[in-house]
Amino acid sequence: MADNERVPTVVADNAHIVYRIYGSVAPGTNSPLASFKRIVTGKKSNAVREVHAVKGVSFVAYKGEAIGLIGTNGSGKSTLLRAIAGLLPVERGGGIYASGQPSLLGVNAALMNDLSGEKNVELGCLAMGMSPAEVKAQAAGIIEFSGINDRGDFSSLPMKTYSSGMAARLRFSIAAAKKHDVLLIDEALATGDAKFRKRSEQRVRDLRKEAGTVFLVSHSEQSIRDTCERSIWLESGEIRADGPTADVMKEYETYVNK
Amino acid sequence: MAQTALAESDTGPSLTELARRHGLSKAGRLPSLPEYTRHLWSYRHFIAAFANAKVSASLGSTRLGVIWQVLTPLINAGVYYVIFGVLINTKQGVDNFIAYLCAGVFIFGFTQSVVQAGTHSITANLAMIRALHFPRASLPISICLVEVRNMVASIVVLIAIVLVSGEPLTLEWLLLLPALLLQSIFNAGLALFVARLVSKATDLRQLIPYIMRIWMYGSAVLYPVTFFSNRLSGWQLAAIEANPLLIFIELVRHSLMENIELAQPAGLLWIQALIWTVVVGLGGYVYFWRGEKGYGRG
Repeated sequence: MADNERVPTVVADNAHIVYRIYGSVAPGTNSPLASFKRIVTGKKSNAVREVHAVKGVSFVAYKGEAIGLIGTNGSGKSTLLRAIAGLLPVERGGGIYASGQPSLLGVNAALMNDLSGEKNVELGCLAMGMSPAEVKAQAAGIIEFSGINDRGDFSSLPMKTYSSGMAARLRFSIAAAKKHDVLLIDEALATGDAKFRKRSEQRVRDLRKEAGTVFLVSHSEQSIRDTCERSIWLESGEIRADGPTADVMKEYETYVNK
Repeated sequence: MAQTALAESDTGPSLTELARRHGLSKAGRLPSLPEYTRHLWSYRHFIAAFANAKVSASLGSTRLGVIWQVLTPLINAGVYYVIFGVLINTKQGVDNFIAYLCAGVFIFGFTQSVVQAGTHSITANLAMIRALHFPRASLPISICLVEVRNMVASIVVLIAIVLVSGEPLTLEWLLLLPALLLQSIFNAGLALFVARLVSKATDLRQLIPYIMRIWMYGSAVLYPVTFFSNRLSGWQLAAIEANPLLIFIELVRHSLMENIELAQPAGLLWIQALIWTVVVGLGGYVYFWRGEKGYGRG
């Protein structure tokens, strides 16, 4: 690594990520007799299934880069982002290293559906580590950015009454309210109508200026091309290509259209 | 930092070495205990807000709302009054049996509901854990706060029952505060403990109701403590009298009521309560912290 000006912000070194899933059993294996047999023979229960989602991924991301993660559904993109954020543990033998605390900006950040939008803004901001004073200062801006009040006072209604687009917009707005060192964006740009999408793309560009490095998972080729100069193509948990977006996209397209 | 040292890799140490040279920290590294505690403290507003949110979310779908917090213990006491006071009409050798019984039921109920809610605190919030960064101990601790709120409501009901049933108001009542404080810390430790235990061994959740029922019969909730000393002796009696919930219940009964027969002298009970609180409170916290990085895995 002779390149001294480039400061790495995220390093993945042979990272393996394994999900363990309980209760997904094939019929017949969960009968009392089968369970008893397992206990007697000491065999591992089939009730626990392991999914090897990411298999030995290595890469280095540098400061100022925006990296697109592409791949077909279930290829391990979101899992990889979660591991970079430290939300999912990496198996022994490898590791993911990051500067500061990477933040995962996802549309599926869970909020409480029984509570009003305002309350969720407060809760979400506090969960991201903001102080109550910061939350107070930002709350109005977040609601405004999300645009949920465009058609009347929806922010005081419970979130379960929102349309899925409105809920996704609110979640994105909450997550985007904070400055981040390393920003991980998971499909966030695909939510909402065209108007909101434009606004959120602008917000991502702003965040990228403040953040060191941005990772973007998206199925929208356009938003990857627009925001990322480098792309990593993941397929079945392995890196198929890593390089300039245009090259990787070309390879990926021929694979998908095959 | 023990985990960083373990990170040997097949693809050569260069990447790990590069990361270390630039001072990158390992994603999912376990913070030290003091660091974790400081982090948790900085999330105190989130803990409070989450507890409030839990209460309003669970009561939001009911019409009476917050009134249920008082109504629930009242109905609870009413049921026990009908069964033990009217139908069976037993005194079991205690002058004021209804107050005695309600103290046991409410104090045991406090710990019981913390344990029940604690078993769900990680598994029910997995989506949130996978999406956001916060010290995971916030979740079991906010659940304890919710139950402390419920407990305060039931203590108000309990005090009313105790006064109506003819107990005098004495200075000893002030002992209620330290007793409940100790029990709350004890419960927090317990909630942290079961939260990690159940998130790893999900089958245990099915056993928790039975464990709690056995625990209840061992805590002299429905009958006086003399029940044990009349029947048991030696190590069996010693074991049952060391039961922390029996101790907390006795302390509350002792502070609110006159003429109560205690299993042990009050001073000894206080010392044991303190020991249990420190051991379970600290132990639960450390045990939960050790698993901090694995909760997202599910």
